Amino acid sequence: MIHSLFIINNTGDVFMEKHWRSVINKSICDYFFEAQSKATNPEDIPPILSTPHHYLINIYRNNLHFVAVVTTEVPPLFVLEFLHRVCDIFEDYFGDCNESTLKEHYVIVFELLDEMLDNGFPLAMEINVLKELIKPPNFLRTITDTVTGKSTSVGATLPTGQLSNIPWRRTGVKYTNNEAYFDVIEEIDAIIDKNGTTVIAEIQGYIDCLIKLSGMPDLTLTFINPRLLDDVSFHPCVRFKRWESEKILSFVPPDGHFRLMSYHIGSNNMVAIPLYVKHNISFREGSSGRFDVTVCPKQTMGKSVENVVVEVPFPKAVLNVTLTPSQGKYSFDPVSKMMTWEVGKIDTSKLPNIKGSISLQTGAGIPESNPAITVMFSISQMAVSGLKVNRLDMYGEKYKPFKGVKYLTRAGKFQIRT
Amino acid sequence: MTDSKYFTTTKKGEIFELKAELNSDKKEKKKEAVKKVIASMTVGKDVSALFTDVVNCMQTENLELKKLVYLYLMNYAKSQSDTAIISVNTFVKDCEDSNPLIRALAVRTMGCIRVDKITEYLCEPLRKCLKDEDPYVRKTAAVCVAKMHDINAQLVEDQGFLDLLKDLLSDSNPMVVANAVAAISEILETSPTAQQSLEMNIGTINKLLTALNECSEWGQVFILDAISNYNPKDDKEAQSICERVTPRLAHANAAVVLSAVKVIMKLMEMLDPHSDYITMLVKKLSPPLVTLLSAEPEIQYVALRNINLIVQKRSDILKAEMKVFFVKYNDPIYVKLEKLDIMIRLTNQGNIAQVLAELKEYATEVDVDFVRKSVRAIGRCAIKVEQAAERCVSTLLDLIQTKVNYVVQEAIVVIKDIFRKYPNKYESIIATLCENLDTLDEPEARASMIWIIGEYAERIDNADELLESFLEGFQDENTQVQLQLLTAIVKLFLKRPTDTQELVQQVLSLATQDSDNPDLRDRGYIYWRLLSTDPAAAKEVVLAEKPLISEETDLLEPTLLDELICHISSLASVYHKPPNAFVEGKASLRRSLPPRSQSDSMDAQPASSLESPTSNVSSAPQATVIPGADSLIGDLLDMDLGGPTPFQQQQMYQQMPQQSQPQQSGVVDFLGGEGLDSLLGGGGGMDSLGGLGDIFGAASSNSYVPPAEVWLPASKGKGLEINGTFARKNGQIFMELTFTNKAMQPMVGFAIQFNRNSFGLTPASPLQVQSPLIPNSSASASLQLNTSGQIQKMDPLLMVQVAVKNSIDVFYFSSMIPQHVLFTEDGEMDKKEFLASWKEIPTTNEVQYVITDVQHNADTVSQKLRNNNIFTIAKRNVEGQDMLYQSLKLTNGIKVLAELKIAPGNPNFTLSMKCRVLDIYTGIQTAYDTILHN
Repeated sequence: MIHSLFIINNTGDVFMEKHWRSVINKSICDYFFEAQSKATNPEDIPPILSTPHHYLINIYRNNLHFVAVVTTEVPPLFVLEFLHRVCDIFEDYFGDCNESTLKEHYVIVFELLDEMLDNGFPLAMEINVLKELIKPPNFLRTITDTVTGKSTSVGATLPTGQLSNIPWRRTGVKYTNNEAYFDVIEEIDAIIDKNGTTVIAEIQGYIDCLIKLSGMPDLTLTFINPRLLDDVSFHPCVRFKRWESEKILSFVPPDGHFRLMSYHIGSNNMVAIPLYVKHNISFREGSSGRFDVTVCPKQTMGKSVENVVVEVPFPKAVLNVTLTPSQGKYSFDPVSKMMTWEVGKIDTSKLPNIKGSISLQTGAGIPESNPAITVMFSISQMAVSGLKVNRLDMYGEKYKPFKGVKYLTRAGKFQIRT
Repeated sequence: MTDSKYFTTTKKGEIFELKAELNSDKKEKKKEAVKKVIASMTVGKDVSALFTDVVNCMQTENLELKKLVYLYLMNYAKSQSDTAIISVNTFVKDCEDSNPLIRALAVRTMGCIRVDKITEYLCEPLRKCLKDEDPYVRKTAAVCVAKMHDINAQLVEDQGFLDLLKDLLSDSNPMVVANAVAAISEILETSPTAQQSLEMNIGTINKLLTALNECSEWGQVFILDAISNYNPKDDKEAQSICERVTPRLAHANAAVVLSAVKVIMKLMEMLDPHSDYITMLVKKLSPPLVTLLSAEPEIQYVALRNINLIVQKRSDILKAEMKVFFVKYNDPIYVKLEKLDIMIRLTNQGNIAQVLAELKEYATEVDVDFVRKSVRAIGRCAIKVEQAAERCVSTLLDLIQTKVNYVVQEAIVVIKDIFRKYPNKYESIIATLCENLDTLDEPEARASMIWIIGEYAERIDNADELLESFLEGFQDENTQVQLQLLTAIVKLFLKRPTDTQELVQQVLSLATQDSDNPDLRDRGYIYWRLLSTDPAAAKEVVLAEKPLISEETDLLEPTLLDELICHISSLASVYHKPPNAFVEGKASLRRSLPPRSQSDSMDAQPASSLESPTSNVSSAPQATVIPGADSLIGDLLDMDLGGPTPFQQQQMYQQMPQQSQPQQSGVVDFLGGEGLDSLLGGGGGMDSLGGLGDIFGAASSNSYVPPAEVWLPASKGKGLEINGTFARKNGQIFMELTFTNKAMQPMVGFAIQFNRNSFGLTPASPLQVQSPLIPNSSASASLQLNTSGQIQKMDPLLMVQVAVKNSIDVFYFSSMIPQHVLFTEDGEMDKKEFLASWKEIPTTNEVQYVITDVQHNADTVSQKLRNNNIFTIAKRNVEGQDMLYQSLKLTNGIKVLAELKIAPGNPNFTLSMKCRVLDIYTGIQTAYDTILHN
């Protein structure tokens, strides 16, 4: 099972180590640094590295490398899921998971890691259980602590959720305003080729919830068109049998924020592409080139496309670009050669355009290929797949909760080849 | 107030200051001090000097302080084992605490203290905790058993903890069950002795399946992995397990999903491949796998490595999902490369157009490794889908036009493969290729180009000039290029002898006189001699027809694939190696897919589409060579790019004895590689599969003859003693007999008769013994046998009952025929046939033996076996282990397929056999045993 964890920053400092079994010297990380030096980007480090006696399973998140050491045959996905979960929990506890926040809350981090695994086996990974065992840092509490001289950061009683059949929910939840919000978020992953034809388009959908309901509510959520969903993964709270037989989501929700389900609508269905990009990028002999890009809305069902950002990773040979956007701002990073154009909202009467010239490094040849353009956007009040929530019912509690559903479509990995 | 304050140090001795604080009376101060100690510890500072002081803080009611002290203890107890003993009392006391949290914490911590002396004290508290009323304590205690087992396995087994652990599998709380399963699987991994006591049965599996629905996602992973190790007894059981596991495919945790996929993939083997249920399962497996590809890139990587295995086993699962494997430009490189691999696996006639367009796009990306692999992939498409070959070639030509150096070189390497697959079709492009001659700087590309020039020398007008230009820097070339150049020029000479004499002279002298490389020198000499003694023969050797290359590349061995399918979701599946090949301390339990229970229905419909995942792409049965695992190009007979594949070598060697004159140009490579000395001396070459010896008519096959044994002792034969053995000579079976007369009178009138036996052995001619046989003398006789006699199954199978008559009496004795004399000379299958038969024979029929203590390497083994008509059809090196694939045929036509696994340095070989007739296994195993030990 998981033997040790090292957290390494981008400059190669091992600033945190935790051993759940015997101590492994941090020189083991040299193998990791070796792989790091071979990779061009930090995200290109292979997730699984083998060393003579250990395996290093690592993830890269928030500019930090989380390196888990295992010695025996372990399902690698188990370790990877664990590492991502660790980050999620840190983010939940400290608001962010970066070097300074982790260092700031060193002891809590250490206590959390200790509580999460026992001998490398997951012990308590549910955020509500952890929060009962180890209180999150809280400004008010630190003040009371200093005043009363008592520390309350470690809970002294067994968390209630730990062993119940619904470990994700603690008992005795109380709210004065009972609310349940559902966000249906759909991300479009697409590759569009240079002629504007869709090579592949798929939808990755999520239903994220914010549930603030007292007691033990039992919810059922129904959709108008559940047939859209044939590839789903659920939070453990969802009763799979009822989904199988009736296509309704029946669950006792965790308290607070959580992802109820995620779904995938594959490339075999038709996916509406909300915008297209007209582009004309050319390089000429004599160290220059032209760049002209227009973003146009396409199938948006009457909703407006907002927060549009266009990113163009120019080839290495490009020295600089001089562009004029019709709206928004652009920036060019001469090191990474990334041009970012923050377009904002698309006004259908005046299509946003950016054009200008590209200057190439002298002596460098004409780049072999044009860059692939990444577009980010969001469209609120619309789920591009057409998925619609029908109704939410609550059983088990008497009060009337406030219910809300929001829809949002945004770009996932939305790429246009030029 | 943040924790970073714990890192500020004062200049005055830090340890000293901490010591004072730890011994302070104030609880708050103590706790702060312990926190500082922990903070120092986490950054790797040595604070072990404070051991006693910290441990003294342990007896406290404050839970946070207690936890901190425990944290410290776990880290340093090992190095301070003498002092650590003072903590035992507190542990024992804490295990009795009324607060379950404290009981659990104590049992958790004490397992982490890896000090033998302490461990003994902890047995009793642990036993109590395993039966604690609170499930939280029980689940912690379960893990503690695994910890203890790691420290002192004997103690755990002696104290009966394994049984207690097994009892926890039936616990009412699913979390306890999950932890018990996790502990058990960890113990099993390191200790094979625990195997019996922790055996799973359907009862426990049902309990696990019940717990599966209710325990945490991590527990589900452990439970699913444990279920995957269980072999259900029939297909009904398998199906019911599948039904209960399928809902896990919709879990949000990727590890749960992949473990569930593993269980289902394994159990599917047991189900009737034509049932609707299988079709339904196949449909259900695809969406979760696709979903994994939208997870974090690291998870995608593991998923892709596993999908690679899954599509090799069952190509129908993802056949409609090609597009999800299309590469995004900002995917990490490790994801890109894996996606590319799977794209090629899923390529077929229907989607080739899309795939090709994608590959062309990728070939213009920035990442060099990825571009190279994409170009190679185009070549693989051409070889795989014949209809698309032309488009692939034109795509490659387009890419060559880009003049990007590494693209051009990579394209030339794959074009050479395309030439090999479709000879006389695309040679018109040679001119274009020749234009890029100057830009090639990588050995592989240069060698490929030279091969093309040599092979098509007659169509390239200036072939001599081109080759000559390479010759100028001959000494500086890589060996691979040198060898290739030598062969190419000899080819050129044989095709255009008039104007290239000078060139060939030059290259031969360069190779033989100026080179230090024995391979090159030897090959040079061979060519020289061939050319000078018999140019016609040289032509036949060098310009021989080459076998075509096959379309499916990089496929895993079927047995390895089956084993890896059982290890989906594990590290083994990422590395595509069986776990015992790389995980330390792993008890080498080889897992294999369960046999299908309805084997009779299988026999009725062999080669169903599900059984043979390659069936949808199989064509071109004449193709014989499978390129090496890592590169497409390792397969050219006369290219030394990584050497010819073992299978090819095999092919060559085996053709030679039958055809008196070698006819493949590859032979020359082999000879060259072996060294001329051994060739001429005739001795040293024998160890390489005997190919050499056979060509030159030197020592030829000498089948093993078991030592003679006494068949009829004199006491039973009224003075006649018969010794004998069986041998196979020149394709005939002989009974070698020695008659000794120990009686007082001469014996005459010998005759012999066989009873009916399993293989119908019967004398082919009358027995010829020197007659009379005078007292105290011996006579030997060699009796030829044939197999046309009457057949009756004997028990033991190989027994033959013989009657010998002489002037005194009739004597009866029985003897055992050594199985290997029944192996016929025509028992060699071709590769395709072998693969097909291997798949066709139900896995129920597969048996495994271990042959111990063999002091040979793979080559001498195949030689030895070959001499006894066990033919090695292919040899592969899989992760350092040699796998020999062998076939043999018995006189009655029964064919046996075998796989011999040889790990270097391990004298124990693993022999797996498949045959339709089960009775003969023992005999064959004995045959292997005796042959290999003699």
